[in-house]
Amino acid sequence: MIVDGTTALIEVEEGIRIIPGANTIVCALDKIVNWGRKSSIWPMTFGLACCAIEMMATGASHYDLDRFGVVFRGSPRQSDAIIIAGTLTKKMAPVVRMVYDQMPEPRYVIAMGSCACSGGIYNTYSTVQGVDTVLPVDVYIPGCPPRPEALLDGLIMLQELINKEHFKWSRWR
Amino acid sequence: MQTPGSYIPYEYLPILVIMMISVMFSVVVILVGSIFRLARPYKEKLLIYESGNPPVGETRERFSIKFYIIAMLFVVFDVEAVFLYPWALVFDSIGLYAVIEMMLFIVMLLIGYVYAWKKEAFNW
Amino acid sequence: MTPRAIAELIQSKFKPEVAEITEFGDQVSVLVNKTRILEIMSFLRNSSELYFDYLTDLCGVDYQGRKNERFEVVYHLRSILHNHCIRIKAAIPEKDCKIDSVVRIWAGANWHERECFDMYGISFTGHPDLRRILMPDDWEGHPLRKDYPLKSDLGEAEWKGFKEVLETVERNKKYEVR
Repeated sequence: MIVDGTTALIEVEEGIRIIPGANTIVCALDKIVNWGRKSSIWPMTFGLACCAIEMMATGASHYDLDRFGVVFRGSPRQSDAIIIAGTLTKKMAPVVRMVYDQMPEPRYVIAMGSCACSGGIYNTYSTVQGVDTVLPVDVYIPGCPPRPEALLDGLIMLQELINKEHFKWSRWR
Repeated sequence: MQTPGSYIPYEYLPILVIMMISVMFSVVVILVGSIFRLARPYKEKLLIYESGNPPVGETRERFSIKFYIIAMLFVVFDVEAVFLYPWALVFDSIGLYAVIEMMLFIVMLLIGYVYAWKKEAFNW
Repeated sequence: MTPRAIAELIQSKFKPEVAEITEFGDQVSVLVNKTRILEIMSFLRNSSELYFDYLTDLCGVDYQGRKNERFEVVYHLRSILHNHCIRIKAAIPEKDCKIDSVVRIWAGANWHERECFDMYGISFTGHPDLRRILMPDDWEGHPLRKDYPLKSDLGEAEWKGFKEVLETVERNKKYEVR
């Protein structure tokens, strides 16, 4: 709360201006929509292997994910993002693709861990070499497994990506 | 002098306004969203969700009959309660006649209640 | 009983079947033919002085080119009552790639034998439900054999389900929002 009586527009951040006397914020619609979308990313849990444990650790109380607005949803119909954490095998590939297909837009994909980014150390008959052969990935988080801080870094990177969006998910792009 | 049918309860107008605002709130949001949002339906997106596997089996399962019986009993006893409420407000000014009348009403419904009890309609 | 003594007892009871007894440290393995494996296993399970009631592990080995008989099925047995253990290996030639199932004797062998079948192609006669357990049901080939390709790019021999996923990706690329 700014205790000031002026009615002039003061630029607080780039593109966001406030009128202190009237306690209002004046900005483009994009900024509000992007702020709403990035502050409440609801991922669908897709923990496949060991990286799922690190994702759980990140969601637990020490490195809290809830303070970023991240609430894990069980159904793709209710989620914004999907975090593929772990090795993707060829047997699981149709399942991942179908779950991704059933997510409504706007949707984002985070590939967590070396196995999801590129197959990791497993270049074998049963492993898909990277989730990006079956899904379009937005953020790659390398590591085996990536520390919770790395997952949070990837999440913040996704938030910055969402912040730069301009009319991306609209009917008349 | 008010003619029959001409009484307009102006005191309740704010409630109507609030109801309309709350309805418009959700309707307008959904309408505006549907105008601006991306619409790219394709076959896999519209499939039924079954944890990523192709859907198996029928979606229309049979319901247990006990839900219907409980609903029926609820309606009957709820109507009885609806009759009891205004009676409770005015029976003291009507006198003994009202009490006996309502007791007869309750006795008839009590017979129905005992019948339902004996027929095991209350067993879940 | 010491493992060596157990191995000699088996050898004395089933003289023509036991091919050799090998030792490494304090572990003893007994190599047998596969023809009377059920009898040998029932004897090991039910005899009162041996009483191997716990099948710890059942796995397959592929010795392509290094031994006469290509496959071996290895049984690790342990007796909880007497606290002794032994390893039994059954040699299986490539031409006649089957062996009797020990599911009737130890129920825990069920999924181990399915894995052995899935990875090596060794069929177990008498198994109630012999099908693939790790690979998808319509996978071709047995992955842990020595002549199976290692790397991920199987080319034309790729599993049909994965090829369908790649087709779906291609087909739905036009709905991507970039």
